[in-house]
Amino acid sequence: MPFEWVQIPYALLTLFIVVNYGLVLTALIQKIGARVGRRHGIRIYQNYVDLLKNYALRTHITHGVMFYLGPVFRLTGGVGLLLFVPTIFGSEMFSNLSFAGDLILALYFVFFGSLGMALGAGESGHPYSAIGVTRGLSQVTAAELPLALAVFAVSLQYETLSITEIVAAQQGGVTNWTLFTNPLAVAAAMLSFLGSMMRPPFDVVLAPQEIPIGPPTEYHSAYLALMQTNRVIFPVAKVVIYMNLFFGGATGWGEFAVKVFCIYMVSVLVGVVFPRFRVEQSIRWFLVWAVPIGVLSIVIA
Amino acid sequence: MKEMHARLRHRHAMGELESRRPDLAFVSVSKDSLRPLLADLRDREGFTHLVLLTAVDWIEDNQFQLTYLLHDRAAPRDLGVRVMLDRDNPVMDSVHDLWPTAATYQRELREMFGIDFPDSPRLDEEFILEGWTDKPPYRRDFDTLEYAEKTFTHRPGRETHDPATYMKQKLYPDGA
Amino acid sequence: MREELRKRTVTAPDGQTFEIEPLKDYFCEAQPQVQRPAYAKIVEDLFNWARSESLWILGFGTGCGAIEMRPLMTPRYDAYRFGIQWRPTPRQSNLFVISGYLSVKTLKRVIRSYEQMQGPKYVVGLGSCTINGGMYWDSYNTIKQLADYLPVDVYIAGCMPRPEALLAGFEELKRIIRAGKGEGANRYAENFEWYKANQKRVIQDWDMPDYNW
Repeated sequence: MPFEWVQIPYALLTLFIVVNYGLVLTALIQKIGARVGRRHGIRIYQNYVDLLKNYALRTHITHGVMFYLGPVFRLTGGVGLLLFVPTIFGSEMFSNLSFAGDLILALYFVFFGSLGMALGAGESGHPYSAIGVTRGLSQVTAAELPLALAVFAVSLQYETLSITEIVAAQQGGVTNWTLFTNPLAVAAAMLSFLGSMMRPPFDVVLAPQEIPIGPPTEYHSAYLALMQTNRVIFPVAKVVIYMNLFFGGATGWGEFAVKVFCIYMVSVLVGVVFPRFRVEQSIRWFLVWAVPIGVLSIVIA
Repeated sequence: MKEMHARLRHRHAMGELESRRPDLAFVSVSKDSLRPLLADLRDREGFTHLVLLTAVDWIEDNQFQLTYLLHDRAAPRDLGVRVMLDRDNPVMDSVHDLWPTAATYQRELREMFGIDFPDSPRLDEEFILEGWTDKPPYRRDFDTLEYAEKTFTHRPGRETHDPATYMKQKLYPDGA
Repeated sequence: MREELRKRTVTAPDGQTFEIEPLKDYFCEAQPQVQRPAYAKIVEDLFNWARSESLWILGFGTGCGAIEMRPLMTPRYDAYRFGIQWRPTPRQSNLFVISGYLSVKTLKRVIRSYEQMQGPKYVVGLGSCTINGGMYWDSYNTIKQLADYLPVDVYIAGCMPRPEALLAGFEELKRIIRAGKGEGANRYAENFEWYKANQKRVIQDWDMPDYNW
């Protein structure tokens, strides 16, 4: 698809819709989690208030240049992931800046945010940040392996690296989805998905209940608000990739909302049932259960 | 208990056995014979566990009383060993080599009562208080109320009521 | 003063010598600044509303009253539905609940945590002990009036106040913030000398910088 200037406002519109959708979705998911614990849960607009509050704080301090750039990189990871992936299939407006090799770029962006965070958190000089980042990176790396394997299996299957073409190949009925044409790859990817959504049982890295909250220990006010924004964009963007690769993509915002919610709910349902893993347990879990499935899917493909 | 006491009396200078319960008794010893007695109790009589080490300030007699409470897990029974110290020169042998936990108790006693235990590890480090400059606060001649008045400010208008009369007035204002 | 905070000379592995003064090198010496409301009234009102509806409590239980905060997270009281949540680090929280008696040793940590919080920040004194010493009125080691050492926005009386009383106190705090009167951080900055003098009078071994954000 040739580049046109009009794509930029369209992409920003996508971003706007996704931010709002993400804010409401995460609040809704927290509410569901609370209802499982028989609590009433937060208000559905609570995320907006928190965000506004954090932007409105009057004082902030810095620990250096990388401390600024950490949240910025993280946000770039989320936004970039979203922008280079076609959000709505077949729509001129919401295909964003997708191009022929976007699958590889997307894989890179998934990791980009964590790396940026590592630099920023390291600069803050707080020991808990350093510990948190180390744990986070090792866990994300382990979780990324099965996803990468699954993605290669899928691109071998469809013989393309363009997400748009992969989605196009899945159109025309549920049975054309990768979920049914290549179930092994989807299984590996979904296990990896659990790990990268930062929900239990794999959220020991930055669960606020853990005493060292992890990478964001020193982050506050506007920095934290940037990271909160990313925390609503990034999961949605990631789910969009999964939706495109494995679940037939979406042809309209309604289908988008439903599919993203359902895929997100997979990790939520797992999360409310299982207790937290420690980092070394989760890495072992990924290597023992998820990676072999991924390898198998490549071998078969 | 009694027969153990009779047996130990031959070897150590110790007072009468004060029995409180079948499994709890106290005995007083002199400062110098404490250490051999404790070693004996620990190694031969089965009192392997130091439950606590605490002090009492007998300001009228100008003495500190140390109580080493020992526990015999096998029996089970407890024995308290008491030592009186001169209040003007409160120095005692450390028993941290018999029970490592004693070092912590001795730090506390050092801080709260000002009793010295030479050679006890980390004795002069702060235990609970930080930057304490007054006399040790658990000594009975330390007046907590006076210290509190001097150091902290009260909000004006504090009233104290005797609960019985106050509630009576509240509940039955016409004196019924 | 503790060993590691004293001024000293260090020799690096390559033979260079450095002068280290931890209190100056590791901490910033800048005094707290008064931060006036910066925007038009309507924007400030919106911000105040957001601040009041998003109270992040520092998870630091200073005394026995902390036990009364735990039930607020449970299904029975569920403070989350009022926009209240607990944060593990002072950087991210803006409400400090002094839960019950405050010993001098804890006061030191409380001051450090309070100063690391980002403004606007609020302090709630929980229980009689923070108001006038409570049952520790004659204790040698607990402070009596919290307001001498930190700017307090709301007191919740009781020994101990029930979780319902706490919720009522938080609602009161929300009203104060919405009215634009939750300016504890500015009061602290304006009367900085007075607060520091009070703090240093009870903390005998002051081994930290005067203001340590």
